[in-house]
Amino acid sequence: MRLLKVIGKRFSRNRLSVIGAVTISCLIVIALFAPYISPYDPTAIDVHNVLSPPGKAHPFGTDELGRDVLSRVIWGSRVSLKVGFVAVGIAILIGIIIGAIAGFYGGKVDAVLMRFVDIMLAFPTFFLILAVIAILEPSIFTIMVVIGVTGWMDVARLVRAEFLTLKERDFVVAAKAMGASDLRLIFRHVLPNALSPVFVAATFGVAGAILIESGLSFLGLGVQPPNPSWGNILTAGKDNIEVAWWLSLYPGIAILITVLSYNLVGEGLRDALDPRLWDMEV
Amino acid sequence: MPSYIAKRLLLMIPLIFGITLITFIVIHLAPGGPVEVQTEMSLKASAQARENLKKLYGLDKPLHVQYFEWITRFAKLDFGKSFVDGRKVIDKIVERIPITLTINVLSLLLIFIIAIPIGVLSATRQYSLFDKVSTVFVFIGFSTPTFWLALLLMILFGVNLGLLPISGIQSIDVSGMGPLERLADWVKHLILPVGISAFGGIAGLSRYSRSSMLEVIRQDYIRTARAKGLNESEVVFKHAFRNALMPIVTILGLSVPGLIGGGVIFETIFAIPGMGQLFYSSTMSRDYPTIMGILVIGAILTLVGNLIADVSYALVDPRIRVKSR
Repeated sequence: MRLLKVIGKRFSRNRLSVIGAVTISCLIVIALFAPYISPYDPTAIDVHNVLSPPGKAHPFGTDELGRDVLSRVIWGSRVSLKVGFVAVGIAILIGIIIGAIAGFYGGKVDAVLMRFVDIMLAFPTFFLILAVIAILEPSIFTIMVVIGVTGWMDVARLVRAEFLTLKERDFVVAAKAMGASDLRLIFRHVLPNALSPVFVAATFGVAGAILIESGLSFLGLGVQPPNPSWGNILTAGKDNIEVAWWLSLYPGIAILITVLSYNLVGEGLRDALDPRLWDMEV
Repeated sequence: MPSYIAKRLLLMIPLIFGITLITFIVIHLAPGGPVEVQTEMSLKASAQARENLKKLYGLDKPLHVQYFEWITRFAKLDFGKSFVDGRKVIDKIVERIPITLTINVLSLLLIFIIAIPIGVLSATRQYSLFDKVSTVFVFIGFSTPTFWLALLLMILFGVNLGLLPISGIQSIDVSGMGPLERLADWVKHLILPVGISAFGGIAGLSRYSRSSMLEVIRQDYIRTARAKGLNESEVVFKHAFRNALMPIVTILGLSVPGLIGGGVIFETIFAIPGMGQLFYSSTMSRDYPTIMGILVIGAILTLVGNLIADVSYALVDPRIRVKSR
C-alpha cells in the first residue's frame, strides 16, 4: 500500500493535525477506561460536599448534589464518543446510498433525489432535530439517530459529484462492457474511488455531532440526568452561574479540546487526500 | 435579470411543497398523534373527549386528506391555534420575528465587518504571523460551543464585573427611562447575544474569504496588474478584492438556517423572546401547531435567504446571468 504510506507521510507533515490525532487517541483511551480512571462514581451523591470549589479531593469541584465533576467529565467522554461515531456512521450510510444512486443513474432519479437534498437543507437543522426529539423520548439513542438522519446531505452531494465524474472513466466503462452488474459497478469499481472526500467530511461530521449533542443535552433534550454528559453538566453550570464557575468551565474545555482535535485531523486529512496538492511535493 | 428571478421563484414552489410534506410527516410520527399529548396529562379524558378532539383537529380523516386540508389553510397563513394558550400560531410567530431578525441582521453585519478584513489580510500575507494567529483563532472559533462561550461571558461580564445584564432585552424599570436611556439599555442587553451569535460566523467567513482571496491572487490578471506597475494596494483592493467578494456573497444566504437554528440555544440562555425561544418552549410543551408553523416558516426564510444570495451573486457576476438565459 504505497498510497497509504504517501497519505500518512503527508498527514504527519502537518504538526497540528498530528497533535489532534494524538489527543483523539488519548480521549478514546479515557472513554474506554473511564471506570478505572475516574476517582469517584460519577453518580454518587455527597450531601456534605455540595458545590465545593476545585481542591485536592475534587480537582474540578463538585456539583449541586455533591457529585465529583472530574469523574462526570471523564464519563461524559463516553457519550460524546458514542454520539460522534454512531451519528456520523448513520449520516455516511444514508449519504453514500443517496449520493451513489443519484450520481450513478443520473437523469430523473438524480433530479428528484437532489431536490430532496435541497428540501432537507432548507430546514434549520437544529429546528428539525428539536422537533423530532420533542416527539420521541429524549435519550442518547434518539439523538444519535436524529443527528445522523438530519446530517447526511453534504455526504450525499460529495458522493454524487464523485460518481458523476468517475462513472465516465475508462475503467468503469470497461467493467460495464464486460457485463458487470450495476451493484458491482457501484460498490466494487466506483465507490472505493469516491471515498476520500467522505472520510474528510466524516471527521468534520464527528466534530459537528459532538457540538450538537452537547447543545441538546444542555437544553435538557439529550442525555438525561443522572447520566453525565458534557452538555448536561453545563446545564448545572447555568443553574448555579452565580456561585459555581467550575461547573461551567471544565466540561466546556473538554468539548472545545475534543471538537478542535477532530477539526484539526479533518483539515490534515483533507490536505493529505487531495491529489491536486500532491504535485507540489518534490 | 427579471427572468432570472422569475425562474428562481418558480424553482422554489416544489421545494416549499416538499418542506410542508416533511413537516407534516415529522409531526405525524408522534405515537398516538397530537391528541394523545393533550389528553395524557388528565387521565379523566374519556374516549368520547378524545374523539371530539380528533374531530376538532380533523384527525379522524385519512392522512392525505389531512395534509391537503392543512396545506390549504397554510396557504392562507393559518396554522391553527396553539395547544398551550389557544392563541393563533401565526400571531405568536409574527410577534417574535422582529427581535430574531434584529439580532441576526446585527450579527451578520458584525460578521462581515470583522471577518472579511481578517480573511483578506491573511490571504495577502499568507504564512505570516498574522495569518497563523488568525488560523488558530478560526479553528478555536469553529470548535467552541457557543452556549458555553455565552455562559463564560455571562460569568465574566454579568456576575463578576457586573457590567452587562445577562437576561432579557430590556430592564424591568424601562418604562421610567427617557428615549436615549432606553436605547442604551437595549444596546447593553444586545451586546452579548449579538456578539456570541456572530462568533462562529466570523471564524467561518474569515476562512472562506481567505481561501477565496488566495484563489484570485493566483490568477493571471493579478499578475498582469502587477506587471503593468500598479502599486500593491491597488492590486489587492481594485483587482483582487472585488473578484474575491463574489463567492462570499453566497455565504450570506447559506448562513441563514444556521443563524435561525442557532438562535434556539442562545435565545433560551439569554431569555430573549425570539423565534428560537418560542420554538424551544413549544417543543417542551409539545405544542404541535406552533412547531409545524415555525418549522415551515424557518425553512421558507432559508429559501428566501438562498434566493437573495443567488440574485445578488447574479448581480455582481455577469457570467451567471448570461449562463442562465
